[in-house]
Amino acid sequence: MNGAPLLSVEGLVKRFAGFVALSEIRLAVAPGERLGLIGPNGSGKTTLINCVSGLLRPEQGAILYDGRAITRMPAFERTRLGIARSFQIPRPFRSMSVLENLMVPLDYVAHRGQLRDTGAQDEAMALLAQMGLAEKAQAFAGSLTQVDLRKLELARALAARPKLLISDEAMAGLSGAEIEEVLALLWRLNETGITVIMIEHIMSAVMRFSQRVICLDAGKIIAEGTPTQMVENPEVRRAYLGA
Amino acid sequence: MTRAGAKFWVGAAAVMLLALAATAILKNEYWFYAGFVVLQFVVLATAWNILGGYAGYVNFGTSAFVGAGTYAAIVAIKALAAPLGVQILLAAGIAGLLGFATGLLTLRLRGIFFSIATVAVAIVLETFIVNWRFVGGSTGIQILRPVDTGLFGSYTKMLFLVMVGLSVAAAAIARTLEISWIGRGLRAVRDNEEAAESCGVPTLRLKLIACTISGALMGAAGAPMAVYQSYIEPASAFSLNYSILALAMPIVGGTAHWSGPVLGALLFGTLQQVVSATISSELNRLVIGVMLIVFVVGAPAGIVGLWRKWAAKRAGAGSP
Repeated sequence: MNGAPLLSVEGLVKRFAGFVALSEIRLAVAPGERLGLIGPNGSGKTTLINCVSGLLRPEQGAILYDGRAITRMPAFERTRLGIARSFQIPRPFRSMSVLENLMVPLDYVAHRGQLRDTGAQDEAMALLAQMGLAEKAQAFAGSLTQVDLRKLELARALAARPKLLISDEAMAGLSGAEIEEVLALLWRLNETGITVIMIEHIMSAVMRFSQRVICLDAGKIIAEGTPTQMVENPEVRRAYLGA
Repeated sequence: MTRAGAKFWVGAAAVMLLALAATAILKNEYWFYAGFVVLQFVVLATAWNILGGYAGYVNFGTSAFVGAGTYAAIVAIKALAAPLGVQILLAAGIAGLLGFATGLLTLRLRGIFFSIATVAVAIVLETFIVNWRFVGGSTGIQILRPVDTGLFGSYTKMLFLVMVGLSVAAAAIARTLEISWIGRGLRAVRDNEEAAESCGVPTLRLKLIACTISGALMGAAGAPMAVYQSYIEPASAFSLNYSILALAMPIVGGTAHWSGPVLGALLFGTLQQVVSATISSELNRLVIGVMLIVFVVGAPAGIVGLWRKWAAKRAGAGSP
């Protein structure tokens, strides 16, 4: 890896009561990189993401983003610095329309402190069009299908204009064509310079998309390498892929 | 100003002129005596809704803020001989501070835990007042109404108009919050707090703003009670009635729009006055209970929700 990393995690430890969810996690993500995060259920992937995005505070270790320590920073400030995420189980703002869901990050991040939201509305509509949700802009988020909820989840993360996008199983439950659609979108985003961390169980997607893959098991990094190296790694096969 | 904004202010001006006309025309003081109580609940329900309706944090401690307001006014009268305007401002300030402090201590708690903490605040505050001799302690305190100024005909009429003004101010503040970026952030908090935080919404800060404004308005509504009742004791100043009604009225009216708590309070408050004046004050509790059950089961979005449903149906039927 050349140059300073965009995100680096150093010796991260997270415990829930006695249970060690993450132990001594150490990783770095370069600007513009596409990183895949795999591992069995309960291996700590989402916990790691929650620590990075600020919803959980680690017991030990440090998180550096763009050269500054953000370990204790509240989640909303991290979003403003450019870390955006989607949730594994979609968490839409159910009482709002799809368009309004996007207006929240637009109001609070990109268009903060502006009185009129006409520019923000256009930006929200453009994002919805990009995600194929334009026709549902006025629909209530609570009435969307699973597929549309996942798209909304990503669209809302993008509305925060991230530099680092963390996609937590954005493709779970999607059909083959829809997976291709989301992958293509993430690729386009990456080409514009957005760093992407992808947590995914759909191996075909994560292996094709990622430049580098990290495999977690029981709160530890057990392997790291290119997708090809990972498929061949005996540790990964034992813990996750299945021999 | 937007068209909706212009409409609101024209409506507000009309309400105030009507109230002024009423004080000139109606001779029976009872109307204003009862109207004061109804309007006090308009302020309380509107204030409650800023935190409870918009942000989804159910405050069971409205009585703490009302009582704080009433006793702040008593202190202002006793220590400074301050006029009513100063009493209200001081009460709003104290109750706002109380809201901020309560928020700081409790807003990290979610759901039912927050609600329980607010009940505790009311109890702690009442206990404090009971043991404070300067404001009368548990036996209460007699407040002498100032000599009638002759303004607006009588002191009761003047108090009624003050409450009209506070109601309009409360509705205006709630509406301003609702349509601003703060309102959208609070709704995001209510729908999903973690998602809101991840969207860049400073959730704790917004909740603190809501709690402070809500508390300040409740305190302002409690301040005129000192001169309205002339005799104040802790049990009535911190009455559980405030906490229950301030929560029930927005639920009946609808929590999503500023007009919900206003409608709920006008309907509920008036009904309460009518029932306790014509039938009995005991029965009026029953009426509250039955209405609450009917609305929670039959119309969870309140009167405003019913209205919107009806309007949507009509619009749908009207188009080809």
